[in-house]
Amino acid sequence: MQRHFDQDLAHLKQTLLRMGGLVESQIQQALQALVDRDSDLAVDVIKQDHDVNALDVEIDELCIQLLALQQPTARDLRFVTTGMKISSELERMGDLADNIAQRTLELNGEPQLKPYIDIPRMANWTMRMVKDCLDAFVNSDPVLARKVCADDDFVDEVNEQLFRELLSFMLEDTRTITRAIRLTFVAKSLERIADHATNIAELVVYMVEGKNIRHVAPSASL
Amino acid sequence: MDIQTRSLSPTPAMSLRPTVPQPRLTRPHVAHGTSVDAKVLVRNLDFYYGQRQALFRVSLTVRTHSVTSFIGPSGCGKSTLLRCLNRMNDLVEGARAVGRVELDGVDIYDPAIDVTDLRKRVGMVFQKSNPFPKSIYDNVAYGPRLHGTKDKRSLDELVQHSLQGAGLWDEVKDRLMQSALGLSGGQQQRLCIARALAVQPEVILMDEPCSALDPIATGKIEELIYTLKDTYTVVIVTHNMQQAARVSDQCGFFLMGELVEFGDTKTIFTTPHDKRTEDYITGRFG
Repeated sequence: MQRHFDQDLAHLKQTLLRMGGLVESQIQQALQALVDRDSDLAVDVIKQDHDVNALDVEIDELCIQLLALQQPTARDLRFVTTGMKISSELERMGDLADNIAQRTLELNGEPQLKPYIDIPRMANWTMRMVKDCLDAFVNSDPVLARKVCADDDFVDEVNEQLFRELLSFMLEDTRTITRAIRLTFVAKSLERIADHATNIAELVVYMVEGKNIRHVAPSASL
Repeated sequence: MDIQTRSLSPTPAMSLRPTVPQPRLTRPHVAHGTSVDAKVLVRNLDFYYGQRQALFRVSLTVRTHSVTSFIGPSGCGKSTLLRCLNRMNDLVEGARAVGRVELDGVDIYDPAIDVTDLRKRVGMVFQKSNPFPKSIYDNVAYGPRLHGTKDKRSLDELVQHSLQGAGLWDEVKDRLMQSALGLSGGQQQRLCIARALAVQPEVILMDEPCSALDPIATGKIEELIYTLKDTYTVVIVTHNMQQAARVSDQCGFFLMGELVEFGDTKTIFTTPHDKRTEDYITGRFG
């Protein structure tokens, strides 16, 4: 039987994907602005945050309405509650992209500290995780979702490595401290974005399988 | 003030849609949700069964092409109001309405109104399905025949169209001449909806249409209600709050004959303004 509720669910999914797409491009542009030292683009990224926040509110309201009016059960219930959480995760990602853009504006006011190599590498990896977790959500794909969770380790490693490298700059020459700290903030933001992507991936596993893999040892999550 | 008192005595037959211009009834100020697409307007309606007052100054607007639900505990007046909308209460001894009910801006309690015509425009589906002991075809064709459609082809078309509208056609098209009493409860109820559709009403009143049905049949009727609003205006009374939440666009909560709150269903079920509404829909009532 075709239910009109299914149209509501499809609408929710579409809205989440729209938000996901917006956040993806926000992250991508924030990094572009950093690497190209493009302050105009950084300002654009900051402006976009407003749209992402508006979508977060819209999705929240939509989910609350669906819960109140349709009393979803089983996988419908998991989809709606997961949708609410995914929206919050995306909103946080948008905030972090906004942070990167802010640091970029500051960094662009000074000479470049060093050629950016690891940060773009880390960013590419992070953006792929974001793309993958959204694909896993669209296709209800728990295998891809689990891969995203595993990928997070690499981003953490690069973040550590970057931190050590920037620390050596600061130890060598105190005049680099401001810029080096700003760059560690950028790396930290990317690392956090990857964490949020991981959270979304874990939510997708719950949505599809009804199994909670958050806050459990990796071996137990498989 | 725009309150008029009328006894519900038999009225002379006259069309509800006059061909000659009639004195234009001025529209009263609308207290609840004034909108240009108002189909039914209820203004300061009091209703009495003999000495007992069942409705107290009820005012609301039913929007065209929408589903409006009335909820509330037993005896709160929701069915009484529903039956005021096509003057079914005229049939009750000692019943009396004070106030105003308009259909498309025309007062339906005006003595000049033809009640038969009114009930053709405002159809009704009851709690218990009540098919006639006739064939499926004859059940649906009954109304149109009564209203003068004799041509076989027009009737065939009307029967098919109505059964399709009620989502029953595919299940019964091969046994139209069999008795309607052989249908399941859910099918009988959809047949009654088809029968209501056959006279091409504008408004369909439903009094607890699913209370005798199982969850699957209920789901089908609910989906049907959702599609009916494209063509008709639907008003439904239900004990089932979740049903009101699922199918209706607007919702009114009644308590002891008073309309406590009326508004968008999503508002009523997420952020009701009145504490009594909140207590009722959260199950804290009584």
